[in-house]
Amino acid sequence: MNITEKILAKASGKKIVYPGEIVDASVDMIMVHDLTGPLAVEAFKKIGAQKIWDNQKAVVILDHQVPAESVKAAELHKVMRQFAKDQKLRIYDVGRGGICHQVMPEKGHVVPGTVIVGADSHTCTYGAFGAFATGIGSTEAAAIFATGKIWLKVPEAIKMNVTGEFKKYVTPKDLILSIIGRMGVDGATYKSTEFAGPTIKSMSVAGRMTLCNMAVEMGAKNGIIEPDETTRRFLEGRVKALPNFETLQSDEDAVYERTVEFDVSKMEPQIACPTSVDNVKPVSEVGNVPIEQAFIGSCTNGRIEDLRLAAQVLKGKQVKDNVRALVIPASQEVYKQALNEGLLEIFTDAGAIVCGSACGPCLGGHIGLLAADEICVSTSNRNFIGRMGSTKASVYLASPATVAASAVIGKITDPRKLEAKA
Amino acid sequence: MNMKIKGPAIKFGNNIDTDVILPGQYMTLVDPYELAKHALSGLDLAFPEKAKKGVIVVGGKNFGCGSSREQAPLALKYACVKCVLAESFARIFFRNAINIGLPVIECKGISAAVETGDELFVDVEAGKIENISKGKKFEVDKLPPFIIEILADGGLIENLRRRLNKK
Repeated sequence: MNITEKILAKASGKKIVYPGEIVDASVDMIMVHDLTGPLAVEAFKKIGAQKIWDNQKAVVILDHQVPAESVKAAELHKVMRQFAKDQKLRIYDVGRGGICHQVMPEKGHVVPGTVIVGADSHTCTYGAFGAFATGIGSTEAAAIFATGKIWLKVPEAIKMNVTGEFKKYVTPKDLILSIIGRMGVDGATYKSTEFAGPTIKSMSVAGRMTLCNMAVEMGAKNGIIEPDETTRRFLEGRVKALPNFETLQSDEDAVYERTVEFDVSKMEPQIACPTSVDNVKPVSEVGNVPIEQAFIGSCTNGRIEDLRLAAQVLKGKQVKDNVRALVIPASQEVYKQALNEGLLEIFTDAGAIVCGSACGPCLGGHIGLLAADEICVSTSNRNFIGRMGSTKASVYLASPATVAASAVIGKITDPRKLEAKA
Repeated sequence: MNMKIKGPAIKFGNNIDTDVILPGQYMTLVDPYELAKHALSGLDLAFPEKAKKGVIVVGGKNFGCGSSREQAPLALKYACVKCVLAESFARIFFRNAINIGLPVIECKGISAAVETGDELFVDVEAGKIENISKGKKFEVDKLPPFIIEILADGGLIENLRRRLNKK
């Protein structure tokens, strides 16, 4: 079996499972946030359930509309605080957490080999730690609160075998954009995507999270990476106990629907053009695209490694006059580290605004929205029509290096070109 | 709920994402009828008006991709969308729709066989779809019995309430 099948077999009390089989899996951890949680709370009450099945296995994180920008959002937050209090759940409130997908592993809620569901599509991020993690809706979350179980179809798996070394200013974000460009936005629908190969083995946890995070953008049920020493180093001291990683490696004879090969050694910085995440090309081929906004942050690229890279590009430079640059560290922990490393000073000196850890403009519901005909280049994960505000605005997706370089030049820019100029 | 559905089609293209079905700026709305006023507003502001007498939405590939927001299928349901037929669905949207009692059926070839305004008939349980206006019929794989049961109950909440009370 591959790692996904092994986890699902264990969670459903079976020795072996096969793709296509529907299993009733026990959930090890569930997460809801401020926009999906309130509907789940309402549904939970309608079911008639009193207590959640296990209050040690559910976490509430306020991250989408924080701090509350409207009375409506404040009311939603109130609902979640009350629910957490009533059910005695761990809640990460304003100033204590940050973006759910960063907070979950940071605070030790992600354990390799477990089944984790979250009422957010980017829950697949936790596959970076060798967990089976997938997004669900609010009603489903309520049903799990009541029963601790979820039905899942065992997915067929696609192996992404990645080789080669990244060149300067080419990042895991460029790799995942390139993968989605090749696979298409429905290229892995219902499937498991397993990232493997020497490039993955030598990749940081941050990079692995970026890859697994965007697995859903090609329709995947989960993205996953076998846990190893890199995983152990990140999780030790954060989780109570780690399982034996040997049981979480895909077997030699594991079955994959297919294996797709990627070589990063010749890869250039990539960009997803409007209005589809698979509309991907090298940044060097985009042409002249002036921008109004640059956003560095989100569950895809708001980690310390991302901020360091952006700071490296922005240091001693200025954000172009007619551009506004927003930097949002993914969590309080990342924020503090960026503060200690002097990165926030670099951003501030460059004329960027640093906002509190939250989802920010990514989903166009909170801060940093776009007006009609405005263009934003962003490190986030979706460039759909209206994603960041006006339905007439455009969003381009790229790496922190590309976004930072674009902020300086005022148009979409290959970061290698900026360096050559300096 | 009634598993035999009839109504005019409104057709959309491929990759209709949940951000155009229900834009992020309306995510703090809690009343489903308020959500419905913004259904598909990312593509067509007039959609709620066009749908109000009851319609069947027909989509291409990967319908409902993107965010896990259940507010997307909820907005469609309360905008009087009786059923969604598509070449394929994104998985979270598919589950969410079933869970809130909105029938969704994968049907290869449906997109080419339907134009907006065509009168459609869908037998959810039997997996039968008919374009009455064009005289075309489709048979698809039936949904598994437990999903039919959830839909028949009107959604997962009602289904679970019934099952938990039985115990």
